[in-house]
Amino acid sequence: MAIVESILPETNDAMAAESSRTFLRQFRQNLLGMLGAVLVIFIAATAIFAPLMITHDPIRIMVGPRLAGPSLDFLLGTDQLGRDTFSRVVMGGRIPLLVAFASLGSSLAVGLVLGLIAGFGPRWLDNLLLLVFDTIRSFPSIIFALAMIALLGPSLASIILVIAITSMPIYARVVRTQTEALRSSEYIAAERSMGAGTTRILAVHVLPNVLGPLLILVSMDVPAVIAVEAGLSFLGMGVRPPTPDWGAILNDGYSYINQTPWPVIASGIPIVLATLGFTFLGEALRDIFDPKLRKDL
Amino acid sequence: MSALLRVEDLRVRFRTMGPLKALATGTRAPFIDALCGVSFEIRKGETLALVGESGSGKSTIARTIIGLQRAVSGSISFDGQEIEELSGAERKPYLRRMAMMFQDPIGSLSPRLTVRSLLTEPFRIHGLKDRDVEGEAERLLRMVGLSAEFARRYPHQLSGGQARRVGIARALALSPDLLIADEPTAGLDVSVQGEVLNLLARLQTELGMAILIITHNLNVVRHMTDRMAIMYLGRFIEVGATERIFDQPRHPYTEALLAANPEPDPDAVLNRIELKGEVPSLMRRPSGCEFHTRCRYAQDICSRVFPEPSAGQEDKKHSFRCHFPIAGDILPTSERPKLSIGKTRFR
Amino acid sequence: MWFYLCRRLVLAIAIIAIAVTLLFLMIRAVPGDPAAVLLGPRATPEMKALLHQQMGLDKPLVVQIATFFGGLLHGDLGFDVFSQRPVADIVFEQLPYTIQLILVSISCAVAIAVPLGCYSAMRRNSLVDQVAGVVTVATIAIPSFVVAVYALLIFAVTLRWLPAIGAGNGFWDGPIHLVLPGFAIGIGWVGYISRLVRASMLEVLGENHVRMARSFGISEWRIVARYALPLAILPTVTILGVGIAWLLSSAVFIEVVFARPGIGALIVNAVHTRNYPIVMGVVLVSTFLIVSATTLSDVINAFLDPRTREKL
Repeated sequence: MAIVESILPETNDAMAAESSRTFLRQFRQNLLGMLGAVLVIFIAATAIFAPLMITHDPIRIMVGPRLAGPSLDFLLGTDQLGRDTFSRVVMGGRIPLLVAFASLGSSLAVGLVLGLIAGFGPRWLDNLLLLVFDTIRSFPSIIFALAMIALLGPSLASIILVIAITSMPIYARVVRTQTEALRSSEYIAAERSMGAGTTRILAVHVLPNVLGPLLILVSMDVPAVIAVEAGLSFLGMGVRPPTPDWGAILNDGYSYINQTPWPVIASGIPIVLATLGFTFLGEALRDIFDPKLRKDL
Repeated sequence: MSALLRVEDLRVRFRTMGPLKALATGTRAPFIDALCGVSFEIRKGETLALVGESGSGKSTIARTIIGLQRAVSGSISFDGQEIEELSGAERKPYLRRMAMMFQDPIGSLSPRLTVRSLLTEPFRIHGLKDRDVEGEAERLLRMVGLSAEFARRYPHQLSGGQARRVGIARALALSPDLLIADEPTAGLDVSVQGEVLNLLARLQTELGMAILIITHNLNVVRHMTDRMAIMYLGRFIEVGATERIFDQPRHPYTEALLAANPEPDPDAVLNRIELKGEVPSLMRRPSGCEFHTRCRYAQDICSRVFPEPSAGQEDKKHSFRCHFPIAGDILPTSERPKLSIGKTRFR
Repeated sequence: MWFYLCRRLVLAIAIIAIAVTLLFLMIRAVPGDPAAVLLGPRATPEMKALLHQQMGLDKPLVVQIATFFGGLLHGDLGFDVFSQRPVADIVFEQLPYTIQLILVSISCAVAIAVPLGCYSAMRRNSLVDQVAGVVTVATIAIPSFVVAVYALLIFAVTLRWLPAIGAGNGFWDGPIHLVLPGFAIGIGWVGYISRLVRASMLEVLGENHVRMARSFGISEWRIVARYALPLAILPTVTILGVGIAWLLSSAVFIEVVFARPGIGALIVNAVHTRNYPIVMGVVLVSTFLIVSATTLSDVINAFLDPRTREKL
C-alpha cells in the first residue's frame, strides 16, 4: 500500500500531461480541424491588423476608376464609387467578428443564467421559461430579425440584439438540461446535506460542469452568426454605407454584377472562408471534447 | 441518556403524476406514501440500523432528516429542537452538527474539485475561514488513513475505497453529533468493506458520535449497531436491540430477512425461508397487515385488520407489528456464529 | 397518448398566442407614431387622425390586441394602408411561390442526399465517403445567399445558360427559373441530410436483424433498400419538420437575389418601406407554419418512437 501510494501521485501528473498530449495529438490528426484553426487565425489576424494592411482609404470614393478589374494598384479592382475593393474587404471582416463576439457573448451570459434558473429553480418557473424559449425558437430567425430591424431601424446594435435573442434559447435549454441532470446527482445532494446554499452549489458545483459543452456549442454557432450578419448587411439592413462590411460589399457587387464580377468574388470568398474555418474548428473541438453533444435544430 | 434525534409520526409523500394529468385521467390521489408514520429516536453515541428491501423508505428517512425531502406531517427534533419546519438558512446550524454519507462513494464527490477542496468545503460552507484549512485537510486525511498526497487528486482518480474514506473524512470534518451513513459499504470490495467498517467503528469510539446506518447488509448491522429497525413499505415493522432481534425475530418478515442472509460460516445450518411473491407496489398497498400477501403464517384476520405496534412483554423496547408473532427461538443463538469486527471475518 | 397529443396542441396554440402578443406589443413599443412613420414628415394632423382611425390606433391597447386576435380567427391579418388591400390577400398571394421554391429544393435535396448517404454508409471510409464527408460539412457551412450570388454570376451572367431573375411563367419557363434558386437552397440540405442518413444508416446496419439478413446472402443494396432505409430515414423525416425555419430563412435571401416573388421578398420590401402591417403578417404566417411543422414532427416522432411514447 505504501509503495502504491508513493507511486500514484506521479502517475497522476503523468496522466494530466498525457491527457493534454492526447488532445494535441487528436487535434493534429484532425486535418479539417487544423485547416479550420489556420483559417480562423488568418481571419482574426487580418481583422486585427487590417489598418496596417490596407493599400487605400476604404471609404474615400474615386481613389481609382469605377468598376475596374484587378491591377497592381487595386489588387481586387474597384467598386461603383471607385473605392478600392481590397482595402474594403480587409476592413470588412472586423464587423462580422465584432458582431459574433458581442452577440454570442451576451447570449451566452443570458442563456447561462436563465438555463441555471430553469434547471435549478421551482417547477413552475422552469415551465414558464421553457415556454418562453420555445416561443422565441418558433420565430423564423431571419424573418424575426427583419421584423426587429423594421422596428428598431437598420443598425449594428439591432443585429447584435436580434442574434443574441434568437440564439439564447438553445444555450439556455442545453444549460437547463445539464443542470437538471446534475440537480438529482448525489454530489449535489451531498453539498446540500452539508448546508451549502443554492448560490454556492450553482457557482462551485454546477457551473464548471455546464460551461464546457456550452462553450463548444457557442463556438459552433460562430459561422452561423457570421452568415446572418453578412446576410442582413447584404439585404441592406446592417451597417450603414460607407462602412466596409463583407455583406454590404457583396450587395454593391450584386447590383453591378452585369458590369464586373470582381466585388462579388472578392467579398464572397472571405465569407466562405470564415464560415468554413469556424465550422471546421468547432466540429473538431466538439469531436474531441464532447462527441455526444448534439444540437437540435 | 437523552435522545439526540427524535422522529415522530413522520409521513412523506411523492407525487406520481402532474396535477393536470391526474385531473385528465381521473386519479384522485396522485401520490404514493413513501413513509407513513415512522417514529424512532437515536440517543447520543448510539448506532441504529435501518434495514429493509429497496423501496422500503430507508433512504427517504435519511433525506428527510437532513432536509433534502419535505415531510407531509410529523416531527423531527434534534437535540430538543424541532427542525423539520426549518428553511434552508435556519437549518444550517443543525446541519453543522449532522453529516450524511451518500451511497455512491465517488459520485457523491463533486467531480471538478480536488480532495483538498472537498475536505475543506464544510469549513467554507459554515464560514469557518479562520481555521487553518490546509492543516485541517491534512489532519482529516491522516484520520482516515490516507497520505497527504491524496489532497491533490480528483474524485475520478480515486478507487471506491479511497473515495469512501474521503467521504468519511469530509462527513466528520466538523465533528458532528450524528452521522447518517447510507449504504456505507455499497459498491466496495469485501476486503475494503471491512476496512471501512473498522474505520467507522474506531472513529465512533474516538469521536463519540451517534450513527444512523442504512443498509441491507445484515453483517454490517450485526456488528456495528446497538439497535435496528426493520422497514416494510414505509413503516417500521419491528424495532429493538440488534442482538435480541437477531436472536429472536418476532415478525415473520424479519425472520425471512434474517434467514435469507448468507451465513459467513460454511458450517452454519442452512435455514432459508423463501419469501413468496414480489414486494407490493406502494401505489396499491395491501389491506390489513401489509405483509400478509407474502407471509407464510398469514390467517384470515391478517388481510382485514391492520396490526398495531405491540411491545414484547419481556422488553418494552422490542416492538413489532404482527397478529401472530413468532414465539420461540427458531435459530438458537449457539448456531449463529459471533463475528468480531476487524479480526478475521471482515478481511 | 391522447393526453400527450392534447397537451402538445395546447402548447402550440399557447406559443402562437404568446408570439402574436409579443409582436404586437413590440410594434407598439417602438418610439414614434407608426402612422407618422408611414405618412412621412409632410403629413397633416387630419391625415394622421384618419390613419389612426383606420389602423385602430385610437383605441386602448387591450382592445387593439383583442380585435387583432378576433381578426386572426377569421383569417384577417390586418389592412395594408399603402395598397388599400387586406394583408392576408397580399401574403397569401405570395406564399405559394415560396412554398413551391421550398418544396422543389427540399425534394431535389432528398433525392440526391439519400442515395449519397446510403452509399457513404455502405462504403465507409472509401474515397467517396471521405470526400463527401468534407464537402457536406462545407456545403452546410456556406451561407445560401453566397451560393446564390455565385451561381447567378457563373450560370446566368457569365455562361448565360439559365435565366437570372423572376419566376417565369408557362410550362417550361417556370421550372427553368427554379433551377438556380433551388440549387442555392438545396445544396446545404444535400449535405445535411446525407450526413444524417449516413449516421443513422450506420447505426441500423449494425443491428441484429440486418446482420441476420446479410447472413442469408441477401445482396447489400437489397438489404439497404428493404430493411435498413425505412428505419434510417426516420430522423430525416422528423428533422424536415423542424427545418422549415431554416428553409424560410434562406428563401428570404434567395428570393431577393433572384428577384422572385414570395413572402421573403415581400417582407424585405416591407421592412425597407417600414410597412408594419405587412411585416407583421409575414411574421405571423411564417410563425404559424413553423409551429405547425414542429408540432407535427414532434407528434410523428412520438408515434414512431416507442421510447418517447412510453414516457408520455
